Amino acid sequence: MRAGPHSGADAARSPIRLDLTVNGVPVSQMIDPRRSLLDFLREDLELTGTKKGCDHGQCGACTVHVNGERRLSCLQFAAQLQGASVTTIEGVGSADGGLHPLQEAFIRHDALQCGYCTPGQIMSALALMNEGCPEDPAAIKEAMSGNICRCGAYNGIVAAIREVARDAG
Amino acid sequence: MRVEWIFPASVDEAVALLARPGHQAIAGGTTVLDLMKLGHRPGPVLVDISRLDLTEISEGGGIIRIGALVSNSQAARSPLIRERLPALSEAILMGASEQIRNAASIGGNLMQATRCGYFRDLAWPCNRRTEGSGCAARTTPAAGHAVLGASAACIATQPSDMAVALLAFDAVVVARAIEGTVRIPVAGFFRGPDEKALPATRLPQGALITGIEIPAPAGPEASGYVKLRGRASYEFASASVAARLEFDGDVLGRAAIAFGGIATTPWRDREAEQLLIGAPLGRAQVGLYLDRALAGADTRPETAHKIPLARGAVHHLLERLAK
Repeated sequence: MRAGPHSGADAARSPIRLDLTVNGVPVSQMIDPRRSLLDFLREDLELTGTKKGCDHGQCGACTVHVNGERRLSCLQFAAQLQGASVTTIEGVGSADGGLHPLQEAFIRHDALQCGYCTPGQIMSALALMNEGCPEDPAAIKEAMSGNICRCGAYNGIVAAIREVARDAG
Repeated sequence: MRVEWIFPASVDEAVALLARPGHQAIAGGTTVLDLMKLGHRPGPVLVDISRLDLTEISEGGGIIRIGALVSNSQAARSPLIRERLPALSEAILMGASEQIRNAASIGGNLMQATRCGYFRDLAWPCNRRTEGSGCAARTTPAAGHAVLGASAACIATQPSDMAVALLAFDAVVVARAIEGTVRIPVAGFFRGPDEKALPATRLPQGALITGIEIPAPAGPEASGYVKLRGRASYEFASASVAARLEFDGDVLGRAAIAFGGIATTPWRDREAEQLLIGAPLGRAQVGLYLDRALAGADTRPETAHKIPLARGAVHHLLERLAK
């Protein structure tokens, strides 16, 4: 798997300045304007909780929050995020390292097998809570349809989301 | 692959930049980055319009306006659009996923590239990528290809759900060019591949889409969108339909029906729609409309399923709207 555009000898670049916050921490770097947010997070900031699945916007494994909205970091140019606030899976737990209630619910409901899609599922579902999570399982599946789970843990994922949404409501 | 990045401070500055060779507008960037990773070469100068103030959704003077930089999510969830243009809200929400709809702009939705595999993969000839190089899909068609509006140059479907609803609403694309503002009806915005495969739209070279204008529905009407596809969600249309109906007592007073997923452009047959006017909405009458509207379809074994899907989608939607 290629990690995206790197500083190859043939790649003439015009680095641009990027200042943003990631999980509440200010970050300031010169970046290649071709850099995806996903590669910026994983390769430059070494935040490898966000996963690269398809790298083409088809699987949702790379889902993060940009200014509170869920987005695909693989289809997001980092260069467009000047001043933005980005939250990744590393930023959702409590300060003392405890899991977020939704992460606990994923474990309780067996909402994963291999776990590769899980950070994206969690980030997507957390945004769904803020958007107004529906009660109907079919509506939850539609709202979560941008996150693919090839292990097929969908029933557990929906159950975990319903439980946390119900507790929050 | 060299890329320069420029943030213009105004629409005027953006338009002046876009008039230069090799300058390409970028907003949400989802398609640009996707294609770049496949080896497509953007720009090479990307004129980033994402900070411009083109984010208004409003109604006035009988026109509903949506700024080009309104995100797909914002448009679909706007109370104004949900109440006045339900088919448009439904169509947008049936495209992509919430993650992509949050990032992608309305203007970018209109300008998105075809998803034809032969266009995306640089190993194949494609007239929509390189004019005159040929069309691999003509000899090796796949399930996603068009049955209407195709030519020797191209049989790729137009991928936008939103554009299908906009066609049913007689929407107009508003753009700024160096010479001033231009308005292009959605009905003429996408070029069929009859003449040449490129450019894919009639947006003037160097012009920037600033918004969409939709005539506000005058009377009480019902509208909706049905999309049929290979899985329940997060997939491009095998066949889709946007419709607006206005009843005059028991008979249909007005009808606008647009198809997606089956043609090289959003597809509408206004003459066939006349078959529905002045008659009660019944299955037989709708069948006559469909016979006429789909008469020109050129199917292959790989795409023949689109006809019954399109017919079923229309029956299903019109019955729903008649209730």
